[in-house]
Amino acid sequence: MKYTLNVNGQSRSVDVASDTPLLWVLRDSLDLVGTKYGCGVGMCGACTIHLNGVPTRACMTPVSTVGKMKVTTIEGLAAASGKLHPVQQAWSDLDVAQCGYCQAGQIMTAAALLKDNPKPNDEDIDGAMAGNLCRCATYMRIRAGIKLAAGLTTAGKGGAQ
Amino acid sequence: MSSPSLAQPVGRRDFLKLTGLAGGGFALAFYIRSGGEAAAAETGDFSPNAFVRIARTGAVTIVSKQPEMGQGVKTSLPMIIAEQLEVPWKDIAIEQGDFDEKKYGGQSAGGSQSTPSNYDNFHVLGATVRTMLVEAAAQTWGVPASECRAEKATVIHTSGKSLKYGQLVAKAATLPVPAKDAVTLKQPKDFTLLGTRISQFDTPKIVTGKALFGIDVKLPGMLYAIYEKCPAFGGKVVSANLNEIKALPGVRDAFILEGNGKVKELVPGVAIIADSTWSAFSARKQLKITWDEGTVVNESWESFLKQAKEKSTQPGGKTLRKDGDPDAALASAAKTVEAQYSYPFISHANLEPQNTTAHWHDGIMEIWSPTQIPSIGTGMVNRVLGIAPEKIKLHLNRAGGGFGRRIGADYLIEAAAIAQKVNAPVKLTWSREDDMRHDQYRPGGIHFLKGGVDAKGKVVAWKNHCFTFGEGGSPGSGGSLSGDEFPGRWIANYQADQTMFDTGWPMGPWRAPGSCVFAWVMHSFIDELAHAGGRDPLELRLELLGEKDDMPAGNAGATTKGKQAAASYNVARMRNVLKFAAEKAGWGKKKFAKGSGAGIAFHFSHRGFFAQVAEVTVSKDGQLKVDRFVTGVDIGAQVVNLSGAENQVEGSVIDALGVLMYQELNIERGRTVQSNFNDYPMIRITDAPTKIETHFLKTAFPTTGLGEPALPPVAPAICNAIFAATGKRVRQFPLSRTDLRWT
Repeated sequence: MKYTLNVNGQSRSVDVASDTPLLWVLRDSLDLVGTKYGCGVGMCGACTIHLNGVPTRACMTPVSTVGKMKVTTIEGLAAASGKLHPVQQAWSDLDVAQCGYCQAGQIMTAAALLKDNPKPNDEDIDGAMAGNLCRCATYMRIRAGIKLAAGLTTAGKGGAQ
Repeated sequence: MSSPSLAQPVGRRDFLKLTGLAGGGFALAFYIRSGGEAAAAETGDFSPNAFVRIARTGAVTIVSKQPEMGQGVKTSLPMIIAEQLEVPWKDIAIEQGDFDEKKYGGQSAGGSQSTPSNYDNFHVLGATVRTMLVEAAAQTWGVPASECRAEKATVIHTSGKSLKYGQLVAKAATLPVPAKDAVTLKQPKDFTLLGTRISQFDTPKIVTGKALFGIDVKLPGMLYAIYEKCPAFGGKVVSANLNEIKALPGVRDAFILEGNGKVKELVPGVAIIADSTWSAFSARKQLKITWDEGTVVNESWESFLKQAKEKSTQPGGKTLRKDGDPDAALASAAKTVEAQYSYPFISHANLEPQNTTAHWHDGIMEIWSPTQIPSIGTGMVNRVLGIAPEKIKLHLNRAGGGFGRRIGADYLIEAAAIAQKVNAPVKLTWSREDDMRHDQYRPGGIHFLKGGVDAKGKVVAWKNHCFTFGEGGSPGSGGSLSGDEFPGRWIANYQADQTMFDTGWPMGPWRAPGSCVFAWVMHSFIDELAHAGGRDPLELRLELLGEKDDMPAGNAGATTKGKQAAASYNVARMRNVLKFAAEKAGWGKKKFAKGSGAGIAFHFSHRGFFAQVAEVTVSKDGQLKVDRFVTGVDIGAQVVNLSGAENQVEGSVIDALGVLMYQELNIERGRTVQSNFNDYPMIRITDAPTKIETHFLKTAFPTTGLGEPALPPVAPAICNAIFAATGKRVRQFPLSRTDLRWT
């Protein structure tokens, strides 16, 4: 089946089976590999993208259901100028990642949280991020990254402080 | 002295020799090129060794040889070169080297060895290049090199004139490479980069979603593969509906691989080759395979657990160590304690499922893989597929987590075996279910302990009968207790026995193998004895460690774990870091209300000395919250990248907490019951402590690694705190098996 998708502000055409999860359309057909496969059942959050701004599991989203919705992936989160989204910048400043595999999903979830709730408290942060597994367990820095991006803290020396 | 103790200070020379012997190390002669080869003629770059390249433009590139899996080595080891080279970090590019141990020396990433194996050599590498650039400037100016210094990629003469490195490349390339003795190393007091917080070199790619990982590999004309294996370990394919599969949309081929008869190598299965991952995954759902499951179906965890209980009181185990007369000492002890501790098999659960891309072309097997020990994979390709070593090319991809899983190369050999039958590059992607059901698991274990204390609460007797699991007659990785495992050697009347259940189950190293479970058993039981004797848990531990500064190796078994534990134990370092952690945590100074409490534990592994204090609260309905976690770290003289170091410790603390809280596999009828994160929960942000403090105790010992040794004492520190809070002793993993409710 042919589909025309709106991905990161661009119109992209693909020809795939209708039950193909958006995850594999992005990765295999559109070469947008920043969205990761972790579990295929919506339990890990590594494939988190935005559909019309709402954080969504790409592994659980058949391409046939996307329609005209705006798909934003980690590759489309920074401004067109290349200026990083505040969450991406905070992740860089604080060296959040270890292996980095889950971090695109973490960043997409965090960016959606801050859009809805620009000054989240600790409970808000844990609640919003609970669906995203980090096997390296960088959760301390994920919290710190969100606070930094929200302007609730300053970067200081960098690292995990 | 036959061999230097790993725990003693050693000179740089000795250390080079030592790390070479320990494996993974390499002699400088292998990779420092002779003078005539210093320049790479075709590019005009200055490249006096395999790791540093300086272009005429001044661009500096450092090659990282170790596999990167999140331990941060692609950043930290180049930092050492950059420090000595005197090039600002922001001006350095890092490339991942392909697998080529003739060129680079050892490229294994495991056992927290990347730092200790390379630390001294990398200082020499960077300093050698800097020395040549200084000499090039001195010759250009006709002045003695001693009047010149290097700073910010520039050589400066005392007169004030200067030349940038890029301007010196042509001259430097004509100079002989100095002997390492002729190179002056920048001293720690002058370091400006090491010990600071540096964000990983790959961070810009990670935060913008660029291709980095093995699973991201895409080659022109590439096809996609899945590989279905028997749910029961090592089962064979009898027949499969290959013709039906081949007719499905997007499917290019389907075939059976026989395997090589080894459960951790090429396991029998059915490959489906398709034009996309989803086509392969979809076709897989239509597979109908008849399996020969073999005798492994007679093996289940629960039945082994039952057998262990039956055999625990009977003789028959192998005695790993016996000192004094433990039975008599128990009989005359003022108080005795008996306890059974058990932990299940667990999965590594790397978030990036196992994968490898392979292309069989022109008689060459070219492979792209996220692997920890590349030589294991290439060795397997050579042995199983009969491809000559020089015909195997392996590119190293960033791995989405290692934790020991990617020391195994089963996924790599599968991809290569599949590629041999496909006339195109092919990427094999394991599903999460494949990953969980065909892991090389951390073995479970059951310990039956008896201990005794005298009237003053001193530990006078200790007996442990450990039941472990083997594969093909030897214990699984990390499954074998050592006779030297603490507190063996420290207690006059001590006995450790081991009984092994042989299985057909695949097992492999899991972060801090052995240590990750034994530290929990030993330090939990020490805590039981402390409470039985009415002693403070810290004070009793200090008494146990004793006054001697060094505890020589005893009669440990011949396993890897045994060898490591057999290294002389630097008691002084452990005592110091234990006191240090206790002081940072304010041990004994806080008053806790019922339901809250503190616990302490320590462990020596992977050359690192660690002591940890947990403060926890357990709600009346039994929910655990870790309020504060303090780690004292002695990994020697120098933290390389403070950001990475803290991240490793924090990650280890939360990883260990997650294992304690949640992780458990059931193996029934020779197969893993769990398959994904819905039935195998992992720790999430909601359970992560908010306060994790990491304190480094700087000592005059060689710098060592951090990927593993922070993890082992975490679980006992937390479980001991749970006991202090509630009076409930946790003797089984995971935590859900213990009722922590209190009134």
